Amino acid sequence: MAAGAAPRPRVTADQLRKRRSRSLKEEVIRLSLLGSALVSVFVSVGIVSVLLGEALPFFGEVSVSEFVTGTTWTPLLEPRHFGVLPLVGGTLLVAAIAALLAVPVGSLAALYLSEYASPRVRRRLKPTLEILAGVPTVVYGTFALAVVTPTLQAILPDVRVFNALSAGIVVGIMILPMVASLSDDALRAVPQSLRNAGYGVGATKREISLGIVYPAAFSGVISSYLLAISRAIGETMIVAMAAGSTPRLTLNPLESIQTMTGYIVQVSLGDTPAGSIEFQSIFAVGLGLFLMTLAMNLLSQKIMARFRETYS
Amino acid sequence: MTMVDAGERMGQAGQAERSATVPDRGATSTLESDAGGRPVTDARPGAAPADTPPGPADTVLATRDVVISYSGAPAVRHVDIDVQRGDVTAIIGPSGCGKSTLLRCFNRMNDFIEGAGVTGQVLFEGIDIHASDIDPVELRRRIGMVFQRPNPFPKTIYDNVAWGPRMGGYSGDMDELVERSLVDAALWEEVKDKLKQPGHSLSGGQQQRLCIARALAMSPEVLLMDEPCSALDPIATGRIEELIESLRGRYSVVIVTHNMQQASRISDTTVFMYQGELIEVGPTARIFTNPEKQQTEDYVTGRFG
Repeated sequence: MAAGAAPRPRVTADQLRKRRSRSLKEEVIRLSLLGSALVSVFVSVGIVSVLLGEALPFFGEVSVSEFVTGTTWTPLLEPRHFGVLPLVGGTLLVAAIAALLAVPVGSLAALYLSEYASPRVRRRLKPTLEILAGVPTVVYGTFALAVVTPTLQAILPDVRVFNALSAGIVVGIMILPMVASLSDDALRAVPQSLRNAGYGVGATKREISLGIVYPAAFSGVISSYLLAISRAIGETMIVAMAAGSTPRLTLNPLESIQTMTGYIVQVSLGDTPAGSIEFQSIFAVGLGLFLMTLAMNLLSQKIMARFRETYS
Repeated sequence: MTMVDAGERMGQAGQAERSATVPDRGATSTLESDAGGRPVTDARPGAAPADTPPGPADTVLATRDVVISYSGAPAVRHVDIDVQRGDVTAIIGPSGCGKSTLLRCFNRMNDFIEGAGVTGQVLFEGIDIHASDIDPVELRRRIGMVFQRPNPFPKTIYDNVAWGPRMGGYSGDMDELVERSLVDAALWEEVKDKLKQPGHSLSGGQQQRLCIARALAMSPEVLLMDEPCSALDPIATGRIEELIESLRGRYSVVIVTHNMQQASRISDTTVFMYQGELIEVGPTARIFTNPEKQQTEDYVTGRFG
């Protein structure tokens, strides 16, 4: 200790003691934050319980196996059949067409944004792309009916006025920015040092983008695909407007079909009395839809979790 | 050396073939003066007298009045150095002196930094690497690089080594090349039974040796190392230094370090830079025991930096 230093006052136990007012404030903050976080949890629980509450009576009348394996869906016409597969098939057909468009184009767009675009181009292009995500889906639906379907009909005469292809293409356009933007984030999360390592062994930009960066970001990229596809499965307005309302188990995209969401809209907007089996059927279909998108999201989260481990 | 010679040398792939052309180190550790009038330094003290008459030194890499600037602000000013084939050349200096910038200029890694510009000439085998018809990809296959932090690819140990040659169209026996590169990087014994495991599963020091193996797999003429031990503990550092010793003569190594002891232990020639300028260059033993410039003495004796 230096000689001549002024003696410093001792720390007293009183100064270190807990204060009631401080801990009270902390507690209030903690509880209000917790409350906000719980809102969405409660809403989810509410949605699931309503779905189950209405779907359970439905499954009292229609067996689960008939619902899950039946290939005819005629709930509004006699004889009634409650086989959900045509609706599931229609949903998957539209989602597959959308994915076929959005996954490759979105991935290439993301690679361009992340690896090739100059910062200036990127600064302009990415927000522009994200504007597409803000377009109301009813506008996309109108676009499908007014532009895409007539164009398809001009090329392929077999195309119906309402068809899966037109709806699928427009849903694909809708989820494209999501794929591009989320994949871009995943690609840009790959450390620059890996790109430098690639350049260090004399690789070209293309070799590094496809051989190092894309595989390194693969889990993040896959999860962007899955999130976008689950968005496509849940998309309602575009398919209700452009895909038709004919439940049909088919792989032909030129035909009119009906998706799960499309059916729910059709019944909700009609004059079906509450408590009737038709009314309950929309909750059964909704439950199925919920389980499908839940599975997709869980899968995507699992993959994301693996992605986080990659370079820490 | 003529351009034709250089072209032929660039075409060589075999490592053994090349090492046969590398003259004895003792005879080549002469650092020639440049046009700027820096003194000619003699062969290292204690080195055996050269059998060959002191002719033009075997320079693999040279800079002529090189200025490197970032957005117009010079980070490296008027540097002239000659790197001798087969030598270990250390670039030392305090942080921010431009030593890493200079190193990255040798394989044109500064190309990726926006606003970075180079004037003057960087000559690799006598060829101006910034000439408009030079492909930096071809250049980097012949001038390998090891970075500050180990940065293995998120691939298997095997693929970390094999990826570069595969992209470069290597047509020989890949297993043999991977083994030879890992042996040369003093890593083979530790990984030979787990080549299919991810490179990230190795320790930091092993990862850095994997990165050295990756660079050696390209059979480069020159190996650039940018503070390769700065993220490693002393034991791992010691292993890397031994490895660098073992590369001497077969590769020309340029290593940036701010660890002066490291420079004095492993290098033949030391380049001292300060505030973007080349202060002094010479045989390592002389730079550390009898430097000509006061600034060099102050730095190597630990008075600043």
